[in-house]
Amino acid sequence: MNFHPEKLPQERLAALAEDAKRRLAAKRRADLPRIIIGMATCGLAAGASETRAAFEQALAEQNLEALIIPVGCLGHCYAEPLVVIENPGFPPIAYHSVTPGKAKALVKSFLAEGDPLFEYVLAALEENDLLPSIADFPRFYLEQRVVMEKCGSIDPADLKEYLSRGGYAGLVRVLGLPPGEIVGVLSESGLRGRGGAGFPTGAKWELARKVEGSKKTVICNADEGDPGAYMDRTLLESNPHQLLEGLAICAYSVGAADAVVYVRAEYPLAVKTISRAIAQAEQANLLGKGILGANFDLEVKVFQGSGAFVCGEETALIESLEGKRGMPRFRPPYPVEHGLWGRPTVINNVKTLSTVPAIIEKGAQWFRTIGTPNSPGTAIFSVVGNVTRPGLVEIPMGTTLRTLIFEICGGIPRQKQFKAVQIGGPSGGCLPESLLDTPVDFDSLTRAGAMMGSGGLVVMDEESCMVNVARYFLDFTQNESCGKCTFCRIGTRHLLNILDRITKGEGREGDLELLETLGRDIKEGALCGLGKTAPNPILTSLKYFRSEYEAHIREKRCPSMMCRALTAYYIDPDKCARGCEACVGCCPVDAIFTAKGRKKAIDQGLCVKCGECVVSCPPEYDAVKRVSPAHLAPVVERPK
Amino acid sequence: MKMDRARSDPWQTEEEAESDAVSAVLAGREKHRKNLIPILQEIQHKLGYLSEAAMEAVAEHLSISHSEVYGVASFYNQFRFHPPGKHQIKVCLGTACHVAGGGIILENFERKLGVKAGETTADREFSVERVACVGCCALAPVAVVDEAVEAHIAPSRIEGIFLGFQRQKEQQEKEVREGELSS
Repeated sequence: MNFHPEKLPQERLAALAEDAKRRLAAKRRADLPRIIIGMATCGLAAGASETRAAFEQALAEQNLEALIIPVGCLGHCYAEPLVVIENPGFPPIAYHSVTPGKAKALVKSFLAEGDPLFEYVLAALEENDLLPSIADFPRFYLEQRVVMEKCGSIDPADLKEYLSRGGYAGLVRVLGLPPGEIVGVLSESGLRGRGGAGFPTGAKWELARKVEGSKKTVICNADEGDPGAYMDRTLLESNPHQLLEGLAICAYSVGAADAVVYVRAEYPLAVKTISRAIAQAEQANLLGKGILGANFDLEVKVFQGSGAFVCGEETALIESLEGKRGMPRFRPPYPVEHGLWGRPTVINNVKTLSTVPAIIEKGAQWFRTIGTPNSPGTAIFSVVGNVTRPGLVEIPMGTTLRTLIFEICGGIPRQKQFKAVQIGGPSGGCLPESLLDTPVDFDSLTRAGAMMGSGGLVVMDEESCMVNVARYFLDFTQNESCGKCTFCRIGTRHLLNILDRITKGEGREGDLELLETLGRDIKEGALCGLGKTAPNPILTSLKYFRSEYEAHIREKRCPSMMCRALTAYYIDPDKCARGCEACVGCCPVDAIFTAKGRKKAIDQGLCVKCGECVVSCPPEYDAVKRVSPAHLAPVVERPK
Repeated sequence: MKMDRARSDPWQTEEEAESDAVSAVLAGREKHRKNLIPILQEIQHKLGYLSEAAMEAVAEHLSISHSEVYGVASFYNQFRFHPPGKHQIKVCLGTACHVAGGGIILENFERKLGVKAGETTADREFSVERVACVGCCALAPVAVVDEAVEAHIAPSRIEGIFLGFQRQKEQQEKEVREGELSS
């Protein structure tokens, strides 16, 4: 693209945006209906490609013209594949769980005949007289989207969309300002790092700006390893240019000319999307040499992380970038002084950098009006587990857990009782019902014993065993412990061994006290964040659910009947229907046999306790029962 | 496997083909330590795994010790040291999948194939892995079979998956037989 050399960055961006709008308008005729399909990883997993193919086929069959626009993720995972149809004459309507069959029906009825098929509708995106709109649903109106504002409404593969919606305006604004002033705005806004620890971003940038050194580096940490969190991936897949804009603002403010986006290799679509976005931005002179004619160069590279949870820790991430085992370094010196290849390095999380453009554009005061005084802004959570409407939720800081779980995400399905919520992944803690009124912000969560962490939030109902869940997280951290410091390497191994014993019914008196002292010692002694937080799931569940641990140890009983060594299945002969073979066919190990009176029974020696027979037994019989402790199950001898 | 398709010369052994592929990867890379992980990633992408010979070639290229290369490769979960099966099964054991019974799903795959997680069956048809979250938590429990994500998977569905593969294989064999007959 050729622009006049002495033009100001503002004029150049305005020209780019104008050009983008014109080309978009030329590509997308306004009179055609638009079919907007969410095609990020979760949408694709739910079958968005098949849905898209079905739309294309149905349009061809009906001889209709419509635009199919692939977008990122709206965050409503429960409703995937999610499709928004903008049919002229109707408000834009969102449809949930659009299978290929529904896609064909929608083309035939809605696009050809004008019947919006109310039974498939999720909500209309605008207020109207025809349908309930999203403003009526708490899943929408209780959210406040700052970072995810454009996610799921723009095509992430097309820079033109981001530009035509005012993208890169924040970058242009900072190009005319002295770096100190930009850092000042960030400090004033009170933005805290969204990677988990909540370090003030402005302070970090200020340190990096002041440090001596000509070759500084900015790293975007997108090594999202928490099993159960995926908001970073969604941001990369749905709005990569917002991140690049934040990255460029950061680099300009601290005086860096190199940047790295460190993405997990397990996110192939995110790697592809961000790499393409970088190439597009370079071509449009929004990255690269002499950005928009200003005296500012920035080269951005993508590095694929090879899957090590500890690399989310900043010094381990740097080691990994240098081609070594990802083991954390001693701090100080901190990366802002001595980071990648010994150069001053600023490391920020995807969400932090993606928040920056909005702060620059709308100001620090505006940002402070959202959230709480100590934790301004919004938080993004991936709410999963036993909730009705799982997915990504962006809420103002200070919203209570109760609102988040029960109002926004619809509470616990299948009339089960809420038991606990696990926040912050392997580093976080389990909070019970009594703490549901805790507001979600950095300080309140830490006080309650959990932490903001990566933003993974797993809701558990009465059938989840807290000991088992603590064991699960310990198994994860133990496996991911890099082995550098003794407390983490050996300490987590011992914690895991003890929990293993307890869940197998071999727990001993004194185990709980041992867990507590060992857990506290590991927190004290470990070198990095992984080890310091690894005992959190145990310590919090011991604090709030101690009776469950005691039942495992003293009665060899798992109250939630989840620990398989302590549970057994049997078939109640009074309820079992004569001659029904439903459970026999589904048992993967042929443990079910026919006993007296053509009723079924389970061979306890063969049973692997997978629970398939419970599912397959017709509800009107409901004959398969679970008991804990295991010896309570009546033993039926298998006929020879 | 990937190598079989890449082999153009029918007289070339599998080892020779692998070594050629490794040399091709190394030729395009600067001899700098920072390239170690990207090189290993590219080799794994080409061969499907990291063979001992490949890691030795990388060590020589970068002038570092073999143990150093193996140390880095074994640190990260992405790298594998055995050839994967023709069909790869990845069972998600992220938090949401664990709570929804992902462990039972993994066990069923292991029992059905007679291998443990991280292993390949003797006929190199299937390999089973556990992964720490594929990011489809709302669809838990999840398994990824080849490229397809199996959402809300149940133990009985596993039977169906293998039945599907068996059918596919029978179909292919039938086509081959018919092809032979007609020629």
